[in-house]
Amino acid sequence: MPPLLEVKELHTEFRTGAGVVRAVDGISYTVDPGETVAIVGESGSGKSVGALSIMRLIPDPPGRITGGEVWFAGRDLMTLSEEEMRRMRGSEIGMVFQEPMTSLNPVLTIGRQITETLEQHRGMDRAAADQRAVELLGLVGIADAKRRLEQYPHQLSGGMRQRIMIAIALACDPKLIIADEPTTALDVTIQAQILELMQKLTRQLGVALIIITHNLGVVARYAQRVNVMYAGRIVESGAAAALYHNPRHPYTIALLRSVPRLDRPRPPPLAPTGAPGQLSACFRSHELDITAGAA
Amino acid sequence: MTVASAEAQPLLQVRGLRMHFPVTEGMIARRHIGDVKAVDGVDLAIQRGETLGLVGESGCGKTTMGRCILRLEKPTAGEILYNGIDIARLDRRELVALRRRIQVIFQDPYSSLNPRQKVGSIIGEPMMVHGVEKDPRRRADRVRELLSVCGLNPNFADRYPHEMSGGQRQRVGIARALALNPEFIVCDEAVSALDVSIQAQIINLLEDLRDKFNLTYLFIAHDLSVVRHLCQRVAVMYLGRVVELAECDELFDNPLHPYTKALLAAVPVPDPAVEAERAFQPVRGEVPSPINPPPGCVFHPRCPLAIEQCRRVRPELRELRPGHWVACDVVS
Repeated sequence: MPPLLEVKELHTEFRTGAGVVRAVDGISYTVDPGETVAIVGESGSGKSVGALSIMRLIPDPPGRITGGEVWFAGRDLMTLSEEEMRRMRGSEIGMVFQEPMTSLNPVLTIGRQITETLEQHRGMDRAAADQRAVELLGLVGIADAKRRLEQYPHQLSGGMRQRIMIAIALACDPKLIIADEPTTALDVTIQAQILELMQKLTRQLGVALIIITHNLGVVARYAQRVNVMYAGRIVESGAAAALYHNPRHPYTIALLRSVPRLDRPRPPPLAPTGAPGQLSACFRSHELDITAGAA
Repeated sequence: MTVASAEAQPLLQVRGLRMHFPVTEGMIARRHIGDVKAVDGVDLAIQRGETLGLVGESGCGKTTMGRCILRLEKPTAGEILYNGIDIARLDRRELVALRRRIQVIFQDPYSSLNPRQKVGSIIGEPMMVHGVEKDPRRRADRVRELLSVCGLNPNFADRYPHEMSGGQRQRVGIARALALNPEFIVCDEAVSALDVSIQAQIINLLEDLRDKFNLTYLFIAHDLSVVRHLCQRVAVMYLGRVVELAECDELFDNPLHPYTKALLAAVPVPDPAVEAERAFQPVRGEVPSPINPPPGCVFHPRCPLAIEQCRRVRPELRELRPGHWVACDVVS
């Protein structure tokens, strides 16, 4: 079976006063239908820009996708017209962002924000869209759907808002959802509820999921495959179990060792020293020094 | 009831602490319509040289606890005994002396440093305010020493915060907290804003400093893994109350309160093999409003073990094992 999504040598740059920042510097990976793939990395590693580039949501200027192909369901997204791309977003590919308060429109009701997607992409009339919105809220575990649909985002808790985002992402039966740090802003018990919900729904509906996160625990629990990003490149990728138990890249090793573990007493201290290399300068992987305290 | 070990007098002892913030309605004639009960009856003791972790989710009152201990808030009720003196009742002048001994490290190294001040002046300011190291040259020497203790190049004294990374800024915040040789430091989410690799460096630094200067920390955090790494004892807060308190390993290996169990179960472990074997059901519902906390046990609406009594009777902390205190009448 061909992959659902194939990213080939994707490059994205930002032009800044300090020079050109190569935020995504030639990444390639695939996502199979129904699969959950994680992109992990620290701040500035290019994981979010990589995802936004797939959707062609990079603000230009200052950003620009300078090369690469993104094959999705037999078409290269990079060659689509703006109109074709607009129809793709939210319909074939859904997105869930980190901060639901800023990604929902504060002056529209929850119901309107869900039905808008359905009317735009599926051509439903108001009544059919309303009906489907009620269904969707049930799907994401929101009780009392009729009342909730008339509320505004500020009347809901953070966890509830993220459920709404998931409902919107699922509204048009997409084949792929890209979730960019979907639970980073949430408390840990709510995070668990949201992640379990996303896992349940993606399995039930056969939707593939790209989950972008800095949380290595989330990756271990929910992803089948992992791509580790550092300074705009994928430095290691593989099946989650293999990558955690036998990491090969020095950065992956250091990253895994620097995470404090909840299920174990204190290990000896170890952490990479220094900070990630300057993306605007030519980056060399040996700039990362993990010799400090190495076993 | 006090939760203190029988040994020496604790450095800090909190008794029956309450901090209520009034909620008002109306623009001109403000009517008092209720209180946010941010901290609602907390007892805690911290021994000299100890690191006590204070964990809980947003709105549980952990930061307000820290702010009361720093006397950035005046508590509504209760005592905060520092070396036997009740600091909840100190006046302005007496507080100045206290602040030389209790310092704070904040969460966000971007907003807690003045962007228009050079690092040297940021770290030197506490010394100016409190009149230690009045001689500018000696103060500058002390700043350089503090920078190097915190793992920064002493020449950073001439930089502005925007010229530094998040991890470096947090080191400046730590150097500032150390400037007056305090005994006790409140670390309020001190590593939460940092990436994991930088977080690990700062945790190591905090440990080194604790040993070097015999510091006592109150380590407030929502990240349980960090707390397990750094603390000797841990208190878990929920909706303004401490629900469980125990030695660190005991709490993580053998949690008793249903909320602590739910909280620990919700944290995914960075190991796919462990995760694959873990059956897990997230706790239902969300944290209720602290304006109208549920009667009885505040956790009962979400608790899988709740019985009729939990709806009526507020559980007090009980010592179920030596040093392991739990505010739940159902578990034993």
